Amino acid sequence: RSSPFLKMAVHGPVVKIHPVVLASIADSYERRNEGASRVIGTLLGTVDKHSVEVTNCFSVPHNESEDEVAVDMEFAKNMYELHKKVSPTEVIIGWYATGFDITEHSVLIHEYYSREAVNPIHLTVDTALQSNKMNIRAYISAQMGVPGKTVGVMFTPLTVKYIYYDTERIGVGLLQRTRDAPNRAKGLTSDLCQVGGAATRVQDMLTTVLAYIEEVLSGKVQADNSVGRFLTDLVSKVPKISAEDFESMLNSNINDLLMVTYLANLTQAQIALNEKLVIL
Amino acid sequence: MASRATLDSPVKQIQIEGLVVLKMIKHYQEEGQGTEVVQGVLLGLVVEDRLEITNCFPFPQHTEDDADFDEVQYQMEMMRSLRHVNIDHLHVGWYQSTYYGSFVSRALLDSQFSYQHAIEESVVLIYDPIKTAQGSLSLKAYRLTPKLMEICKEKDFSAEGLKKAMIGFEHMFEEVPIVIKNSHLINVLMWELEEKSTVADKHELLNLSSSNHLEKSLQLLMDRVDDMSQDIVKYNTYSRNLSKQQQQKHQYTQRRQQENAQRQTRGEPPLPEEDISKMFKPPQPPPRMDTLLIAGQINNYCQNVKEFTSQNLGKLFLAEALQGHNS
Repeated sequence: RSSPFLKMAVHGPVVKIHPVVLASIADSYERRNEGASRVIGTLLGTVDKHSVEVTNCFSVPHNESEDEVAVDMEFAKNMYELHKKVSPTEVIIGWYATGFDITEHSVLIHEYYSREAVNPIHLTVDTALQSNKMNIRAYISAQMGVPGKTVGVMFTPLTVKYIYYDTERIGVGLLQRTRDAPNRAKGLTSDLCQVGGAATRVQDMLTTVLAYIEEVLSGKVQADNSVGRFLTDLVSKVPKISAEDFESMLNSNINDLLMVTYLANLTQAQIALNEKLVIL
Repeated sequence: MASRATLDSPVKQIQIEGLVVLKMIKHYQEEGQGTEVVQGVLLGLVVEDRLEITNCFPFPQHTEDDADFDEVQYQMEMMRSLRHVNIDHLHVGWYQSTYYGSFVSRALLDSQFSYQHAIEESVVLIYDPIKTAQGSLSLKAYRLTPKLMEICKEKDFSAEGLKKAMIGFEHMFEEVPIVIKNSHLINVLMWELEEKSTVADKHELLNLSSSNHLEKSLQLLMDRVDDMSQDIVKYNTYSRNLSKQQQQKHQYTQRRQQENAQRQTRGEPPLPEEDISKMFKPPQPPPRMDTLLIAGQINNYCQNVKEFTSQNLGKLFLAEALQGHNS
């Protein structure tokens, strides 16, 4: 399942990507001009000592043919200025291209970006799904060859990690659920349904775990100690509270919530009444 | 505070792409602090009775610091640039983050009115980051009802105007249902991410602690109710003054008539009729629009609180079931 590329030793910063960047790239690819086989764009983000965090991106119009490549640099600079107004902490950290290979044109574009950023990274997103997967890879350029004579540029791969903010994770979770819905569309559920949904998910997970335990008990699957440790953790997480204590805690909580609901309803009735008396 | 979209409204459903959702989340996460709101513009197109939102871009904040910053120019440039890369450049609305559900304000009303006036199908998306962090995406789409549009057009915010239009706080905004739809490519991306990313689901939705959130919501609610009661007191004083004035006017005219009658009997010329309205200036009626907004806001808070408590009740019963299992 993992390609051989990932096993190579990587020297260089770890690239952490936010899902919004990938979604943006996929969207730009879908909107590419007729005849263009790939899209390129600038990556924005922040640089750390050992890692590069990619938080934003925008696509840059470019023309590519057999022997030449033209990138609208004016546009790139403009867009960067506009973006800087909103997020002043984001800087240009590299560029992306859709497609599987790195071509000679990529080297030229990479050179341009080396002028804009210190040691830019290059991200490729395989939107054409060449190997039946959407491969996402990051590279950094390294000099190679004999200094003084023929020098060349080599793209060394970097480790790619995906990082999410908490709210992002929830957003992505929702988007992942739209995959299974018919017509690929899903509405947003409301209060109690959400709790129900979450409870169902936990229940599904518990069923899987139970099935595994059954199999171990009946000898079909070898028992794994680490899994066993996780299981004991899980079971001991439910706190042991005496029945009366729990009863009283539960009741006081329920009372608080009911009181708040009552007050909210009362307030709503009051303002409705006030309106009827005063305005209408 | 919001009624479902009526049959004659031009927009019956909103279809949002996942990309827009992620962008809004990121914008608030990185640039929003505390009670400040972040805003941005929505781009998309209208298809039959659906409003499809396909992209968005954020608006910078702190425009007060930058004296030579021109909002309109920024917008124009952004849209022009996006057109170059084939992104839909039709303005279809705007989005705003909210703090605990407080967004019913004059500013929002004015902005939405100017948008809806220019583009009939525009909506405002309210994104609640705090509610989202609690477990599920909270995104609502609102439009102004046609009645409210009428009133804003006439700029007649007095009590008579509102009474004529029969607007209650429940008829100010109408909510439009939202559907999230992704293209196939994005779906592929989602599958990839699920495979590669090892982020465990934290299940915040099943979190039992509720007092913090409840406290803050109730605090905001109480502040608004205070505002409301002040408003009511003002209105009461006004109506009392008005009735007192009526009485005074009445007494004055009566005295005048009596005097005139007496003078007639004595044969003297009657006193000239004075302009009563100039003598008794009618008191200024208090503006009703603010009351309406406050009422709408209070209603919104109450709705949110009720949703929250019902969720928590569900969770408490879940916990009880778990305990019942063990004990």
